[in-house]
Amino acid sequence: MTGRNTYRNAVNNVMLSLSGVCAVLTVSTLFVILSYLVYNGFSSLNLDFFTQLPKPTGQVGGGMANAILGSAQVVLIASIIGLPIGFFAGIYLAEFGGKTFSMLVRYTADLLNGVPSIVIGIFAWGVLVVPMHHFSALAGGMALSLMLIPITARSTEQFLIEIPRSMREGALALGATKWRTIATVIVPAARRGIMTGMILGIARISGETAPLLFTALNNEFWSSGLSSPAATLPVMIFTHAVAPYDDWHRQAWAAGLVLLTMVLVANILARTVISRGASLPK
Amino acid sequence: MSPEMARGSSTKTAYGPETTMNPTTTQGAQATGAASPKIRAANVNFYYGSFQALHEVSMEFQENKVTALIGPSGCGKSTFLRNLNRINETLRDTRLEGEITLDGQNIMDFDITEVRRRVGMVFQRPNPFPKSIFDNIIYGPKINGMLKGTSAAEMVEKSLRRAALWDEAKDKLHESAYALSGGQQQRLCIARALAVNPEVLLLDEPCSALDPIATAKIEDLLVTLKGQCTIVIVTHNMQQAARVADTTGFFLMGRLIEHDKTNVIFKNPARRETEDYITGRFG
Repeated sequence: MTGRNTYRNAVNNVMLSLSGVCAVLTVSTLFVILSYLVYNGFSSLNLDFFTQLPKPTGQVGGGMANAILGSAQVVLIASIIGLPIGFFAGIYLAEFGGKTFSMLVRYTADLLNGVPSIVIGIFAWGVLVVPMHHFSALAGGMALSLMLIPITARSTEQFLIEIPRSMREGALALGATKWRTIATVIVPAARRGIMTGMILGIARISGETAPLLFTALNNEFWSSGLSSPAATLPVMIFTHAVAPYDDWHRQAWAAGLVLLTMVLVANILARTVISRGASLPK
Repeated sequence: MSPEMARGSSTKTAYGPETTMNPTTTQGAQATGAASPKIRAANVNFYYGSFQALHEVSMEFQENKVTALIGPSGCGKSTFLRNLNRINETLRDTRLEGEITLDGQNIMDFDITEVRRRVGMVFQRPNPFPKSIFDNIIYGPKINGMLKGTSAAEMVEKSLRRAALWDEAKDKLHESAYALSGGQQQRLCIARALAVNPEVLLLDEPCSALDPIATAKIEDLLVTLKGQCTIVIVTHNMQQAARVADTTGFFLMGRLIEHDKTNVIFKNPARRETEDYITGRFG
């Protein structure tokens, strides 16, 4: 009897430790990545990095100002296209959809969410870049918007569904139309959650590389407009990392650090927004 | 105690004249005088999917009277109430048969927003919008285009006064409605409903989430509203029905068993089922 208990306690302790170790591993991954980036890239982070163009190959120094601006442009284009479409699709799913069609849309959105970004990239290349005859920031933004739409739609839907039914009935019972109810009561009530979902979506797409490789391509100089190729941080990391120059490698690390910091800040911002959200009585 | 409250708590006026007891009253029969009813339901059947929740309910509601609907859980009283302003139409897969008229006109012939403007509703749990007290009140008038030529502030004050909430809320009109207690929130919801000047006010167990003191305040309020609009209240609490209602309808398993003067229902019901329920033999 005692032997059996010892054995059971041993199994218990082993499993407990094992899951604890795995939990620590999960958490520490982020910190390992972060410190690795800081270790390798921090020395290249200076004012030049944010204000200068890349130097021609072989010269030391320069920066990634064009890539930072390019990333901002591409993400902005993606947001302008993707957020409204995703938002209204989310409203449709939560408020209007019939059973069958809603399920179809929801399922399709989830599938689209799971499409590998390289496939999105090659698709955008085929339907945008080839007909337009050149790579462009616009095509890059549109490719990213394809990823942003399903993310926004599903998160918007999720937060709208959480608004209690009684709130909708309260507005309808005062003579509001369905749309009025949604626009003046339901969406404002879910506002923080919806915004959080959007911020997380933007953070998610801003790090994507594959769709941009096929669309915005890259540019060692300032982009001459939305219809020209543009440098972006993820693609810049890729090209600098595979080049045979130590200085470029350091710059790639620095770019990675900047990108990760932006994404982390967006995430923390989103969490703050949601935690400050007024909790609704259920 | 206000004069209205005093009047309300006198048995005679609160329960209606004692002399009109009608021994022939049966299912669906008319309970009160000959005046044409504000709302009339005729042979109403209602289905949730294939489940029939209401069976041939016929009932009339007299103008400016308070009618209570009582009965055990799941008897259909809330379902019936929710048909009177067509709010059940927001549920999927439901079907209504029969006819409900407002001032003699079928409510299905109205624009749905007009029915709901004229027939207000207060729900089981307070459901203020996540806005300020002021914005909660002004919401209905705003969406119904009733603010033209009227001062919003005046309208808010009037509505809050009618709901006996003005003194408690006047100093925090621009604070969140959630800053109010549960009972105050429910009175805010009543004020919000009153702000669009409804002719009928439906209340679906408005006190079930409230403590006895908050409940008493709502009951007092209903008594003061008597005479200003037609009130239909669903309640689980029979004492509440006895205190506020002119007439009472008893529902059982989706049917209206009996509708009569409140004192008749409680003291001398015509039907055995009603008596069993009143005396606590079931339900």
